[in-house]
Amino acid sequence: MSEELAGLLADLKEKEAIGFVEKALEQGTDPMELLEQAKKGMEIVGQRFADADYFIPDLIFSGEILKGIIAILEPRLKSGKGEEADRLGKVIIGTVAGDIHDIGKDLVVFMLDVNGYDVTDLGIDVPAEKFINAIKETGSTVVGLSGFLTLAFDSMKETVEAIREAGLRDDVKIMIGGGQINEQVRDFTGADAYGKDAMEAVKLAQRWIGG
Amino acid sequence: MEKKWEEMSADEKQDTQFQKLLAPKDPEGNDLQFQTPEAEANYKASINRIKDAIQLKKTPDRVPVTILPSMFPYINAGMTVEEAMYDYDKCTEAFNKLILELKPDMNIGASAPGPGKFYEILDYKLYSWPGHGVKPEHCYQCNEKEYMTAEEYDLLITDPSFYFRNFYLPRVFGALEGFTMLPPLTGILEMYGVAFSFIPYALPPVQGTFKALFEAGAEALKWAMAMGGSDLQLKSLGFPNILGGFTKAPFDTIGDTLRGTKGIMVDMYRQPDKLLKAMEGLVPIMIGMGIGASQQTGNPQIFMPLHKGADGFLSDEQFKKFYWPTFKQVMLGLIEGGCIPFPALEGSWGSRLEIIQDIPKGKTMWMVDQTDMGKAKETLGENACLIGNVPSSTLKLGTPDEVKDYCRKLIDTVGKGGGFIMGNGAFFDEAKLENVKAMFDVTREYGIYE
Repeated sequence: MSEELAGLLADLKEKEAIGFVEKALEQGTDPMELLEQAKKGMEIVGQRFADADYFIPDLIFSGEILKGIIAILEPRLKSGKGEEADRLGKVIIGTVAGDIHDIGKDLVVFMLDVNGYDVTDLGIDVPAEKFINAIKETGSTVVGLSGFLTLAFDSMKETVEAIREAGLRDDVKIMIGGGQINEQVRDFTGADAYGKDAMEAVKLAQRWIGG
Repeated sequence: MEKKWEEMSADEKQDTQFQKLLAPKDPEGNDLQFQTPEAEANYKASINRIKDAIQLKKTPDRVPVTILPSMFPYINAGMTVEEAMYDYDKCTEAFNKLILELKPDMNIGASAPGPGKFYEILDYKLYSWPGHGVKPEHCYQCNEKEYMTAEEYDLLITDPSFYFRNFYLPRVFGALEGFTMLPPLTGILEMYGVAFSFIPYALPPVQGTFKALFEAGAEALKWAMAMGGSDLQLKSLGFPNILGGFTKAPFDTIGDTLRGTKGIMVDMYRQPDKLLKAMEGLVPIMIGMGIGASQQTGNPQIFMPLHKGADGFLSDEQFKKFYWPTFKQVMLGLIEGGCIPFPALEGSWGSRLEIIQDIPKGKTMWMVDQTDMGKAKETLGENACLIGNVPSSTLKLGTPDEVKDYCRKLIDTVGKGGGFIMGNGAFFDEAKLENVKAMFDVTREYGIYE
């Protein structure tokens, strides 16, 4: 199978990519193969973002194209996504209690996903118990706390503290990020590291989990 | 004979604005009575300091210092944000107390919390606020959504006011649902048929919306009276509020609350021409918004919170094509109208500095958050006054000595030769008062120009 679809998606050619998928299906190509190609395309997008060739609009648009491709493929795929088996590791992400900002968090989720991690996105305004339950349920070893406002400093500290009290602190590495987050805030919260952008979140996951 | 406003150059208009600020009036139009001669002297010294920092013609007597807070004044006073939003007297009392304690050269008034009851009356959906989606002690936060759909650009381009009234506003204010039933005002032309345009005003949902508007207007006025009283009192004690109003860069206007971040970014690919056309259409509207507010308040500084132009959000190419042209046009229009654009570079803008420094000299002031201040001074600072950039994290988590060290470095580098106002870099809710005080103390001691 050629790499054409991966290339079209990576170059953000929406019409051509969708057209390619439709034509390939007509010609009897296995939809699973097309999905693999699309995933490869997304990996290239992630790489270009990491290299600062692509920016947020490009990332978001690639996600939209992928959505369009999956909408065509989904009815023809035999079972679910069937992709979790080869994931590198599990990461939990959420915006901490009291804060409802999600743009930064969503970018981190996107980049971890295209870099091969199985991400559990807990959403926004996430109370500490929810992080703790998710750690227990998923067995994730990396937790990412996002926050945009100064109130998030305290929420992050309380979340790290609650994870410690639940006896799970040694089982997970915790990273934090968002608008006003820096080393001083990391120190205050007791997290293991902070990242200034989505790429640093990927690097931290790679360092902690591998991949 | 004095020149008419329309005949003045931008320089003359700005000078006239500062002369007006130096001779403040009370609400009846008489000369403001300062409470003491010292208050009058302090007030005028502050205005002159700010003027010199903005104009870049001469060095002020010392680095001006300000605080641009979000909910800090109220949280610092021990009240919840909810109380500050619902009890206007408590709100202004807390704000005034902090200003009297810190004595900033300029302040932005107590209007940040806004009138909670007013939002309730209109069933505001664009934001969650204390008691309505966030905790009493937390600041209001925006609910980003596609309030404008991808198919609605032609409507926005053809008639922005009609689009706002009939589509956008009813989506962000539940109580304005009745607006969806109103015909365009531009259909009201002559005797024959004119009555048809007025039939919808007889319908109960429309009347319900107008009732809500009357009530909301009364609440907004009640709140504005409290704000105005607070401003007047602070002014008479020597502390000027310099905020004249606000407007936005057209990319943010569409990207923040109409199409949303994701929506506008997809539009950059799927319908770039319509997006560009819509932004161009918003330029005169955004200019008018600033000038109108400035005429109402009598203050020339027009705040512009900037969001999606920050580093990382767009590539340089995308920034130059989609963000900068209409943002610059809005600033130029404001300057032409005698206003002083006051953009806030939220986040980091290091990669944009060389582009955005292409503006008329001495006509703007920029709040700087996390951009490298040294680099900002060498580029944007050649043409514009910089304000900032003491970090929120230092103000909340640091010590007074750390704050002072940070400020001394700013004074040494960014303060050199004037064109700098000390202040926080990002709007903040929480901080240690002793740290905020340290920022003021060190600027008054160390920020004096020889």
